[in-house]
Amino acid sequence: MMERTYAGTCVYCSDQGYLTELEQWTPEIGKEIAAEEEIEMTDKHWEVIKYLQEQCKNEVALSIRRVGKSGVVNIKEFYALFPGGPLKKASRIAGIPKPVSCI
Amino acid sequence: MKNILILGAGTSGTMMANHLRKSLSKDQWNITIVDKEETHYYQPGFLFLPFDIYKPKQVKKSIDKFIPKGVNLVREKIDRIEKDSDQVFLQNGEIISYDILIIATGTDIAPQEIEGMQSDNWHKDVFDFYTFDGAKNLRNKLREWEGGKLVVHICEMPIKCPVAPLEFAFLADSFFINKDMRDKVDLTFVTPMDGAFTKPTATKELNHLLEEKNIKIVPNFNIEKVDNENKKIVDYGGAEVEYDLLVTVPTNMGDPMIERSGFGDDLNFVPTDKSTLQSTVKDNIFAIGDATNIPASKAGSVAHFEAEILLENILRFIDGKELKASFDGHANCFIETGHGKALLIDFNYTHEPVTGSFPLPGVGPLRLLKESRMNHFGKLAFRWIYWNMLIKGTHIPFVSSAMSTAGKDLKEEETPIL
Repeated sequence: MMERTYAGTCVYCSDQGYLTELEQWTPEIGKEIAAEEEIEMTDKHWEVIKYLQEQCKNEVALSIRRVGKSGVVNIKEFYALFPGGPLKKASRIAGIPKPVSCI
Repeated sequence: MKNILILGAGTSGTMMANHLRKSLSKDQWNITIVDKEETHYYQPGFLFLPFDIYKPKQVKKSIDKFIPKGVNLVREKIDRIEKDSDQVFLQNGEIISYDILIIATGTDIAPQEIEGMQSDNWHKDVFDFYTFDGAKNLRNKLREWEGGKLVVHICEMPIKCPVAPLEFAFLADSFFINKDMRDKVDLTFVTPMDGAFTKPTATKELNHLLEEKNIKIVPNFNIEKVDNENKKIVDYGGAEVEYDLLVTVPTNMGDPMIERSGFGDDLNFVPTDKSTLQSTVKDNIFAIGDATNIPASKAGSVAHFEAEILLENILRFIDGKELKASFDGHANCFIETGHGKALLIDFNYTHEPVTGSFPLPGVGPLRLLKESRMNHFGKLAFRWIYWNMLIKGTHIPFVSSAMSTAGKDLKEEETPIL
């Protein structure tokens, strides 16, 4: 656990840079984390972020498959929006924990 | 008379039939178990079949042999569960009513989920080893294969026995060295995960072993399709890995019957309380083993520990008491590392695998997370334990359903992992 400053606000993060308190998250913080991931946010990006946050609040375990079936994006589009590791990057930007879809 | 109905006579269902028949009065409770199959496979043996270490007959026995007297075995396909009327519809039109239902229908491979996987090349140069046929066909292929690019691959998590693909890679290394052709084989391990395994400390040890055995690792690879023409697998991000022989673990899914019953998650696993093993679908429906969606490994050892907890909770449910027994996610797995050695890992929901001794603290004789010959013999001995004790519901000495931290080197790990 450590503290980091995004958009002038001090927030708690895990060692891997994921916010530990979703309440501390703001769109400005999300935007700065996205910049770290070299992603420029568009409306579609925000739509995905909103979906992930809702799922997290409802305690639904997230996986790339689930996001692909969400109706928000398909898997191909998800990769295009967040190249490399879409679920990990998008979760970081959304201020939710690193997904533990693997057991 | 009241009725308990168990769906599936695999590892979990058979254990529950044995446990329940011993615990419930025959005058009060009928126990019925439904399974379409005739053969009970020792699934851990599928790992050894491709390398001619086990013979096919060592991994199969008749299902009937392990169903205790006083339990009614129905050999028929299941169409669906009607949870509102507490009934199960079979495909022959028969209807079975129940007071308590236990879903133990396991998980199966679903190669059809990946584009191009189940083509004309399936079981010719693209193989699974999670089915009896897959393992046996792969054995025939490996007997005559002359070398090239061997890719061991996981499609997506969760899968049954998450260490099996790694063990396959280790055993392949050993197999080709023994055949004096290791220099002709380029071995690559491709996984959707960050590294070799799902838990950090074990991943460190296992990544090191991969390196030592000259097995390349390609992490974070989420397969989109198999390109049969150009013999390569392609990731959603555009990355590609070429193969001459692809040994893949396809997407694992629960029984399609779960979907037909109108519940189950994206992968047809039953929504289940991870502590009590009661489904969240309805109070009188319980689930066990690979069929559940709980965040524990899909493995026989997990099913064994779950069975002791589920028995206690079903007895409490029958007595109208609050469910109390709590499953901690305990898993205990041998990892074959080749050349007659193996590792042993022991972990649960909150404690990742670490080094130490097992099952007797400070004594062993088994070593945790370290390669040893004794661990390998432990793995081989397990086949006997499986057929003679485990599925008959006999308690295994020194190994309790709740994980023990005694004898473990926990210094490095203060915080829970989940």
